[in-house]
Amino acid sequence: MNILEQLEKEQIRMDLPAFRPGDTVKVHVKIVEGGRERIQVFEGVCIGLNRKGARSTCTVRKISYGIGVERVFPLNSPMIDRIQLVTQGKVRRSKLYYLRQLKGKAARVKEKR
Amino acid sequence: MIDGMLGRKIGMIQVFDESGRALGVTVVETGPCTVIRKRGGSKVQVGFGPTKETRLSKPVLGQFSKAGTPPFKVLREFPVADPESVEVGQEIRADIFEPGEVVKVTGISKGKGFAGVIKRWNFGGGRETHGSRSHRIPGSVGQCAYPARVFKGKRLPGRMGGAQVTLTSVRVVEVRPDENLLFLRGPIPGANGGIVAIRKK
Repeated sequence: MNILEQLEKEQIRMDLPAFRPGDTVKVHVKIVEGGRERIQVFEGVCIGLNRKGARSTCTVRKISYGIGVERVFPLNSPMIDRIQLVTQGKVRRSKLYYLRQLKGKAARVKEKR
Repeated sequence: MIDGMLGRKIGMIQVFDESGRALGVTVVETGPCTVIRKRGGSKVQVGFGPTKETRLSKPVLGQFSKAGTPPFKVLREFPVADPESVEVGQEIRADIFEPGEVVKVTGISKGKGFAGVIKRWNFGGGRETHGSRSHRIPGSVGQCAYPARVFKGKRLPGRMGGAQVTLTSVRVVEVRPDENLLFLRGPIPGANGGIVAIRKK
């Protein structure tokens, strides 16, 4: 098991900021379009972290033109250029799935200060 | 150049390729294997896995003393293209493979015990409800007065797994000769810790 754990550890990226569910983050994703690579920014609230070592993911939710959009990012993927922490949120649970049922003002997360 | 080598399955992990796809890979500890003797025109016998002298019988130990190598747990023959280039006692490392190469992998599959037809032969099974009492049974195994027997090869319950399985096209994802590690795309036969033979295609 030891070799596997070591190989997992090798893959974990150390350049990402520490963020928690409830925080608003900007994820810069590399997108390959017809051989050309560009970077797209996905900004939204992190509604859950799946902490699984090298296989960790985070779910980011945003409202795009009135429609809720969620994306799951593998955190250690080379397709993630960088992640910016925008604001820290104050929440009391680790998975903010309740935000899916809320709209408008109610769907905001209190800011930490 | 030797055509293959022995290894030990370590387990599976996930890695990302350069295009960002997540790949499930099996990590295999490959050797180092040592050439024990040359056989016939185009075959060599290699050993893998150091072991204690006390665990082997004297006739087997004799082979190693003749080759001048420490004793090994597993011996296997591999074809070799140019027998002159190989010497007894030579070490084989994972660098005989390169990333992107397609290889054959042979191992002993995990034993499943006495398995029914659904697990063993992917039968559909019967209805679960509506009064059906035939849930996982094989159903009819043949006809009637003619042929009055069950045909040979009829797929029935029985021992499953624990048999030699060869995968014929497994892609090599990464090679680390210094750490004796080989990353193979997807699963390979056998339990973690099992011995596998990896051959060039």
